Amino acid sequence: MNIVVCIKQVPDTTNIRINPETNTLIREGVESIINPFDMYAIEEALRIKEKIGGKVTALSMGPPQVAEALRTAISLGADEAILLTDRAFAGADTWATSLTLAGAIRKMENIGLILMGKQAIDGDTGQVGPGVAEHLRLPHITDIRKIEEISEKEIVCERLLEDGYLRLKAQLPIIITVVKEINEPRLPSLRGKMAAKKAEIITWNAEYIGIPVEEIGLNGSPTQVLKIFTPPKPGGGKVFEGEPADTVAQLLAELKTGGIQLGAAKEE
Amino acid sequence: MSGIQVIEHKCVGCKKCQKVCPYDAIDMVEKLAVINLDKCTLCGACVDACPFEAIVIEKATGEKQDISSYSGICVYAEHRNGVLSSVVKEIIGVARRLKESLDKPIYAIVVGQDVKRIAEEILEYGVDEAWVREDPRLGDYAEDVQADVVAAILQEMRPEIFLGGGTIIGRSLLPRVAVRLKTGLTADCTELTIDEETKNLRQTRPAFGGNIMATILTTAHRPQMATVRHKVMPEAKKVEKPQGRIVPADYIPVPKPRIEVLGFVPEEGQTVNLVEADIIVSAGRGIQDPKNVGLIAKLANAVGGALGASRAVVDAGWVPYSHQVGQTGKTVNPVVYIACGISGAIQHLAGMKSSDIIIAINRDANAPIFDVAHYGIVGNLFDVVPELIKQIEK
Ligand SMILES: Cc1cc2nc3c(=O)[nH]c(=O)nc-3n(C[C@H](O)[C@H](O)[C@H](O)COP(=O)(O)OP(=O)(O)OC[C@H]3O[C@@H](n4cnc5c(N)ncnc54)[C@H](O)[C@@H]3O)c2cc1C
Ligand SMILES: Nc1ncnc2c1ncn2[C@@H]1O[C@H](COP(=O)(O)O)[C@@H](O)[C@H]1O
Repeated sequence: MNIVVCIKQVPDTTNIRINPETNTLIREGVESIINPFDMYAIEEALRIKEKIGGKVTALSMGPPQVAEALRTAISLGADEAILLTDRAFAGADTWATSLTLAGAIRKMENIGLILMGKQAIDGDTGQVGPGVAEHLRLPHITDIRKIEEISEKEIVCERLLEDGYLRLKAQLPIIITVVKEINEPRLPSLRGKMAAKKAEIITWNAEYIGIPVEEIGLNGSPTQVLKIFTPPKPGGGKVFEGEPADTVAQLLAELKTGGIQLGAAKEE
Repeated sequence: MSGIQVIEHKCVGCKKCQKVCPYDAIDMVEKLAVINLDKCTLCGACVDACPFEAIVIEKATGEKQDISSYSGICVYAEHRNGVLSSVVKEIIGVARRLKESLDKPIYAIVVGQDVKRIAEEILEYGVDEAWVREDPRLGDYAEDVQADVVAAILQEMRPEIFLGGGTIIGRSLLPRVAVRLKTGLTADCTELTIDEETKNLRQTRPAFGGNIMATILTTAHRPQMATVRHKVMPEAKKVEKPQGRIVPADYIPVPKPRIEVLGFVPEEGQTVNLVEADIIVSAGRGIQDPKNVGLIAKLANAVGGALGASRAVVDAGWVPYSHQVGQTGKTVNPVVYIACGISGAIQHLAGMKSSDIIIAINRDANAPIFDVAHYGIVGNLFDVVPELIKQIEK
């Protein structure tokens, strides 16, 4: 059975700061990383392979520099990496991204499981996983926090909800998205790093995947960004310093003026 | 072909575009913006930032969908255990506001097992038509099946707008529906308005962990779909004389489920659901030792709130992951958020910044949490928190 992990290269938002004067993003030193949730997807794919065998393919759509992220996936233990790269893919929203990824997956053989992260930390949509599933007409389960059992036929897993978790069972092939709780990603081994250096990153373009250009990239995206802006700053609040008895009293008094009474069961 | 272009005679080399580009894809060459196409994702940030309209993105549009036959606003009525999810009342509130600009009916889609009562309840909030499909195979969590049924109903109903909750279920179901209907879906919106000129839905949402906001349009496809972030919009109030009616959609086929629900295990030790909570008290690394989680939990108890945590505390294993607030945890929007010993790293802020009132307790007056806090107490939390509990309980 073959396992596909979809990974996305994203700007490391740890380093994205806002310039308070111009209210713009400071990009200096913003590195590209593999979307953190996708690291858990890679790890889980490797664990499944170690348990039931198979091949792990890392798949990503993006500009040529994404090859670097795919090499990282290989250094961790992925067997193969495919980069979907073409100017025609640029500007894709989640609809066009999922169509493109689905088109690539359709080209592969004997796929039992497709793993993705819960969401990407740049777009924060989480729509690509279910989107790929729908394009491929496969079932999907999002927000998996644990795989209890998996075989070439079937998966039993735990899906995190707002107030607990669901236990679910489904037949393969299926698409799943994972949350951070699922595992602790490994670090690349020395041998992995060597393998990554030498590995061939397979690249596919739009023509190879065989999707018409009207359906991909900006052209194939039903949504369009009208504008991007930085959110208004909440504008420094009131800060109390001094003896706890006083600062706490001042805080509670302020809140009360604002109509909020902590501890009084409900606020007005 | 679509593409991005710098109109050279309009560009003055002001670098405004370079500053806003989240992908570092713009270079200045001899006072002219040059787009690095290997990095550019056509996100459009630069187009908006350019004061001289010197950057354009062109989009080749294929065959046009006839969008004029779509009308009305439809709401996905999420529910569980026979109870309507509170986010639905918020979305109906949004729909009623949008109706003022569009003057078109509000529809709802209610699918599930025994959902007549939910459909009737929904009408009380001012929905004009609740389309109902009942079937045992459409039970709680059967999103896979529900997606097919919802898409089929939408094809009949043809609303111009379709909204669902930005909940785990909503954010799993709506993307499938959007792909099926070949239309756009905007995730986790915090603001929805109608463009008075074009009557398009302007969908505003945070991205990049809340560092930027984007306004998104779906101009050429219908319905315009969005999920709506929970607890941002006010809930609709019941109307005095509900006028709506129930429309049975029994003829819509229900496919065979592909996912079997083995059971639901509720969160232990959490009396209040973090995402629904009106008050959240969160512990950060400042609590210094796992034994001090109890102190923060005690404060949470005293104010009738839920316990949250920063990633540092969750990674240390002091509090379970389900309590983690932030980019890799949960996004919350309570009325009051109390951060105890949390520095306010950007990833943490991403999950709680839009809380109505943020209160920070931190001994470091320079901690970034104070930049977003409405109220702050500079001090040792081991003194402040017990004092707070004492004064609240007084
Ligand atoms: C990709 C990525 C995703 C992430 N996702 C998340 C996420 O979802 N959620 C999240 O929270 N973090 C997330 N992080 C981590 C985040 O960057 C921070 O590391 C984390 O939030 C720090 O937690 P903290 O504020 O509890 O700890 P610290 O940064 O160590 O801050 C502790 C604070 O407590 C104060 N303090 C110490 N002792 C006392 C005392 N006695 N009384 C009062 N104040 C005291 C200190 O002054 C300090 O400000 C993510 C990071 C990355 C890279
Ligand atoms: N361009 C891409 N290439 C590969 N995988 C992607 C891409 N975009 C999104 N994904 C996958 O889809 C998940 C959700 O992304 P998103 O819907 O953008 O939040 C990510 O965690 C990835 O696993």
